[in-house]
Amino acid sequence: MKQNFGSFVKKESLHILRDTRTMLVVMLIPVVLMVLFGFAISTEVNNIPVAVVAPNRTDGVEKAVDRLAHNEYFSFKGYISATEIDEQLRTGKVSAVVVFDADFDKKLAQQQAGVPITPAIQLIVDASNVNTANSSVAYMQGILLGTASQQAMFETRMLFNPQMKSAYNFVPGIMGFIFILVCAMMTSVSIVREKEVGTMEVLLVSPVRPVKIIFAKMIPYFGISFVVLVVMLVLARFLLDVPMSGGVWGILAVSILYLLLALSLGLLVSTIAQTQLVALLVSAVVMMMPIMMLSGMMFPIENLPDFFKVVSHIIPARWYNDAIRKMMIQGVSIVDVWHDVVILVGMTVLLITVSLKKFNDKLE
Amino acid sequence: MSEIVISVRNLTKKFGRFTAVDNISFDVEKGEIFGFLGANGAGKTTAMRMLCGLSFPTSGNGSVAGFDVMTEAEEIKCHIGYMSQRFSLYNDLTIWENMMLFAGIYGMSKKESEQRALWLLDRLQFMSEKDTMVGSLPLGWKQKLSFVIATIHKPEVIFLDEPTGGVDPITRRQFWELIYEEAAAGTTIFVTTHYMDEAEYCSRVSIMVDGKIEALDTPQALKKQFGVVSMDEVFRTLARRAKRGD
Repeated sequence: MKQNFGSFVKKESLHILRDTRTMLVVMLIPVVLMVLFGFAISTEVNNIPVAVVAPNRTDGVEKAVDRLAHNEYFSFKGYISATEIDEQLRTGKVSAVVVFDADFDKKLAQQQAGVPITPAIQLIVDASNVNTANSSVAYMQGILLGTASQQAMFETRMLFNPQMKSAYNFVPGIMGFIFILVCAMMTSVSIVREKEVGTMEVLLVSPVRPVKIIFAKMIPYFGISFVVLVVMLVLARFLLDVPMSGGVWGILAVSILYLLLALSLGLLVSTIAQTQLVALLVSAVVMMMPIMMLSGMMFPIENLPDFFKVVSHIIPARWYNDAIRKMMIQGVSIVDVWHDVVILVGMTVLLITVSLKKFNDKLE
Repeated sequence: MSEIVISVRNLTKKFGRFTAVDNISFDVEKGEIFGFLGANGAGKTTAMRMLCGLSFPTSGNGSVAGFDVMTEAEEIKCHIGYMSQRFSLYNDLTIWENMMLFAGIYGMSKKESEQRALWLLDRLQFMSEKDTMVGSLPLGWKQKLSFVIATIHKPEVIFLDEPTGGVDPITRRQFWELIYEEAAAGTTIFVTTHYMDEAEYCSRVSIMVDGKIEALDTPQALKKQFGVVSMDEVFRTLARRAKRGD
């Protein structure tokens, strides 16, 4: 009966290879997403237009403004008068205004001498976009304080991702997302398609064991996903400069585990869905949305409301993201993410068991 | 007395409190074309699924090609061919690939599969279309192809579930010629149909009403028994007794 398994795998591979459109989509989506998230979409704040109000353009002021102007996060729009502040912010010409005190130099000197002083700089920021506002305040304080005072009580060092590149954050997220798309969605649609068209019936009347039909389906999808995985890792490493200091093998191993999990998820969907449309909707809405929202891909899990924090525990992508992020960026080895791995293994075993059982029940 | 290929005794299938197949018994001999008739919902499909090893009977017993439906379902599957009303080949594979797939499923060796496939293509005069995608064939061709592919592993019994649905009369005619050839070669044909003219072609016909077999004989004998001239009238007389809806 070895032969019949071989003919099945061949048949499934032919289905996939002949469906050029789907193949193209599967291969292109990861690349597009990587490039999009890696370059275009970023949570970094760049080129914030800033104006400065300075009644006296003293040495100290000029130095501070100079540093601001040379920083890539800001673009210096020139000096304005105090009366223009409101109008400039309102029209959106600038997003932030730095107001220096008239005796800025004097206060600076006092402060350096250790005398307690009143604030010498006022920041007026357009907070209609909270994220931009927060980041720009943080950046500006850093830049201005660096000179304006030695009062920096604590020194901050950004470990692992000192440039705060958002690509580092998105790569694991996108991977967690893409594999569910490719494995779960495509396998479930392909199994349900056979049910819908009627070929499944003929297969079930044949002496092939149902389990074999299913595994034969999984193999080529696993193959494609593996190619996608390699493409994504290559892009991440060489295009986005993600360090992967924890070693590629660990990342590969955890990713393969995650692929298996996604395949069994697809199998489960296929036992529930009766039509391709339902399979597609279930995969897209029921699985994709939580992965985007609750896996830590878009929003940090720590920031989620308590209810969703609890829900996020059952999202496989959450654990995968966590493990991959640590291995890619923090540079730890697979041993250090053991608890993520254990959870993923547990989920995979559970999903395979449940879906095989459901699949067999359905046949009766 | 010729060899009995399908033997069914008191076969019953219940789904909860609903009795889909109610205590049916019959025998089918080798080389017979056995017509299995009944209105929608009469229990034809359920009975056929049990004979194909797809579902277990609630009670009663039966054997197909010498194997027990209760205990040897997997064996049965190796010795039967099946073609359903829904077109069940793969549209995105060529005729040849479809043939090789199904030959492979039944565990035939590569050489054996190729010989058999070439022979079947020759018989259908499809040799020139060997590498055509099945999806681009007209429906009539597809149905004929499904039939010969169902025979690729030389099964002892072929189950045909409304094989000629939606096919034009000429193709139906050709299709039945294929069935006759196959039966003449000793294969037993078990066929369900809605076309009463096709019922006339069968060696024997059974008519199911509400899960029970209400009539079973040759078409001639049935017509005589009911005193009518066509199978259509026989069927309508019996179907009128049905209490179940669709």
